[in-house]
Amino acid sequence: MMRIAAGIVVAALMAAGCADAEEKRARRIALPVFKIEKGGTCVAPIEEMRRDHMTMLLHQRDRTVRQGLREPRNSLGNCIECHASRETGSVLGKEGFCASCHAYASVSIDCFECHTPLRRQRTAARP
Amino acid sequence: MNPHRRQLLGWGAAAAGAALAPGLRLIELAQARSPQEAASKLQRWGLLIDITKCTDCDVCVTACHEENGVSGHGRPATDAQWIRKVSLRDKRTGYAQTLPLMCQHCEDPPCVDVCPTGASFRRDDGIVLVDKHTCIGCRYCVMACPYGARSVVHEAVSGQKAGVPRGKGTVESCTLCVHRVDRGQTPACVEACNRDGGKAMAFGDLNDPAAEIHRRLKSEPSSQVRADLALNTGVRYQGL
Repeated sequence: MMRIAAGIVVAALMAAGCADAEEKRARRIALPVFKIEKGGTCVAPIEEMRRDHMTMLLHQRDRTVRQGLREPRNSLGNCIECHASRETGSVLGKEGFCASCHAYASVSIDCFECHTPLRRQRTAARP
Repeated sequence: MNPHRRQLLGWGAAAAGAALAPGLRLIELAQARSPQEAASKLQRWGLLIDITKCTDCDVCVTACHEENGVSGHGRPATDAQWIRKVSLRDKRTGYAQTLPLMCQHCEDPPCVDVCPTGASFRRDDGIVLVDKHTCIGCRYCVMACPYGARSVVHEAVSGQKAGVPRGKGTVESCTLCVHRVDRGQTPACVEACNRDGGKAMAFGDLNDPAAEIHRRLKSEPSSQVRADLALNTGVRYQGL
């Protein structure tokens, strides 16, 4: 009985140690800080969105500009509607959904040199 | 293909459709489209501007620049201009006229011919646009346009309107308010002119026999600016 109890205690300690080490490692690696304003499902699973959102936008933009197809599903406007910050109304800024991750990955983002980063309903002032 | 030959073929097809059976058409008639439907070759958007009703006001210019977020920096030589008022005066008689001038949405646009990247293009429904994703800002189109309708954005832009992207280093011009037209609305200049101005501007589908613009062009005299260039413009004038 004592042996089993000791075993459980040792296992618990080991697990705690492991978790601690993992946490320490996670703290050493800088992670992007951003707010997901509207959680839940996006237009595709999260893994696919992280990897392929730029391809989706690229296809959509050509269809919209050239053929006049304004399908809301993969449109940049639709991204902004969901992901813009509640405080600033924008996807840019320090904790902005687009800007923070792109700054982390060191990928320049060109969309917002021409397109507005603001949600349609102008509830907040520009950042 | 020669445009006249193309038109003749179109009539031929329409006649064949009519002969086939009533109610069965080889070419569908133009109708309003949903956001999931591509711009159609059956339509051709255009403007008809009656200069005799065009007064000294500039509500069309103000409305356009407000709708599209076109703001200047107080430098008229380089600020973007999507639409402007032009004054004409007969030197001998002193007779003065004023008219709004913007992209004429040609059927054979010189700006499209000269574009090295294919950014300048004509949409199937006749609206001439710049795909700013591929525009490199070379300004060939600015020089090629006989109407001086295009501007290049010289300085960084902020405060763009949703649906109307604008950015430094790209060329832009009147889009016939394509974002509004796709929603089934009329361009901002036409709306403003009919609300606050001289009610001189009409917008519609040049190909639609039921449209007012089609009926007026068929029954009343109208002209194109620089008709000698045979560009078949989508913007027509009356009283010029």
